[in-house]
Amino acid sequence: MKKEKRLICLSIVISMILAIPFFRVNAMHIMEGFLPPVWCVSWGALCIPFVVSGFFSIKRKVTGSSKRLLLLAMCGAFAFVLSALKLPSVTGSSSHPTGIGLGAILFGPAAMSVIGVIVLLFQAILLAHGGITTLGANVFSMAIVGPFAAFGTYYLLKKLKVNNAVCVFFAAFFGDMLTYIVTSGQLALAFPDAGGGVMTSFVKFLGVFAVTQLPLAISEGFLTVIVFESIRKYSSRELEVLKAL
Amino acid sequence: MKLWKTSFILLFLVILISAVPLIIFENAAFSGADGQAENVITEISPAYQPWTSSFFKPASPEIESFLFSLQAAIGAGILGFGFGRLSDKKKEGEKNDSN
Repeated sequence: MKKEKRLICLSIVISMILAIPFFRVNAMHIMEGFLPPVWCVSWGALCIPFVVSGFFSIKRKVTGSSKRLLLLAMCGAFAFVLSALKLPSVTGSSSHPTGIGLGAILFGPAAMSVIGVIVLLFQAILLAHGGITTLGANVFSMAIVGPFAAFGTYYLLKKLKVNNAVCVFFAAFFGDMLTYIVTSGQLALAFPDAGGGVMTSFVKFLGVFAVTQLPLAISEGFLTVIVFESIRKYSSRELEVLKAL
Repeated sequence: MKLWKTSFILLFLVILISAVPLIIFENAAFSGADGQAENVITEISPAYQPWTSSFFKPASPEIESFLFSLQAAIGAGILGFGFGRLSDKKKEGEKNDSN
């Protein structure tokens, strides 16, 4: 326990030292080479504490139960499937869902940051989709902000006594949308518009990512509900242990 | 409602959502949103040159789609195995409870 806290603190310090000098803003994954090096480093550094605490979170939640380990593997597999599905959208272009909402609900956002790194690495190395240098930025949007948004939405709606399937739907929906809104923000910060600054280019990138993502986020919501309800049918006891019900 | 019925309806909706754009925008290219973001970047700062590129690129669109389907297949396989195990373990659990 003590070692864990020390490691997490250390990772936060390293993250801050590396990231802060670069945050002087002059005011679907980011492609390899399309994010200036300073941004690659600072986004990557910001991710470190989350991923480190994610490792411990997973260890804590999975030890002693092969069934929970199985559930974690299934959450990872779900993210694998969904992020491989490039779907057509209303903008006449295509994009893919993220699939991180399910795991965020079951295992919490920190655990999902580790799963997200694995999915993004696979796509960056084998598929030339995303990138190694842009991994940090993409992890931040898809594996940190996305899961936190999903997790937050789920528990907020649960508090309001909303029907469980509806909670799951909106959690997955906002997890997906927020991921791409953050991606737009990251690109806007790196490429401020000459005339209108960061906000103008933010709107431009939103036009590409957020609008395309809207129907996909709805699809992701439905798919997450299907899988969540099926998991609940077979292992409601585990979900109670994980405090996901 | 039975689980399989809800699942079926939701799955149908998902297919509908992805099919509708294909029907409405017959002539659209449906290129990736990341590629379109590249265009926005070049529009905002025309001087920007990507400073690095992927060290491995799938040799052709066919191979790329193969790798993507491989990814989906791995995920779907694990998911299917998981559901099989879960339903099996549930039965075992019920047996133990009744004993």
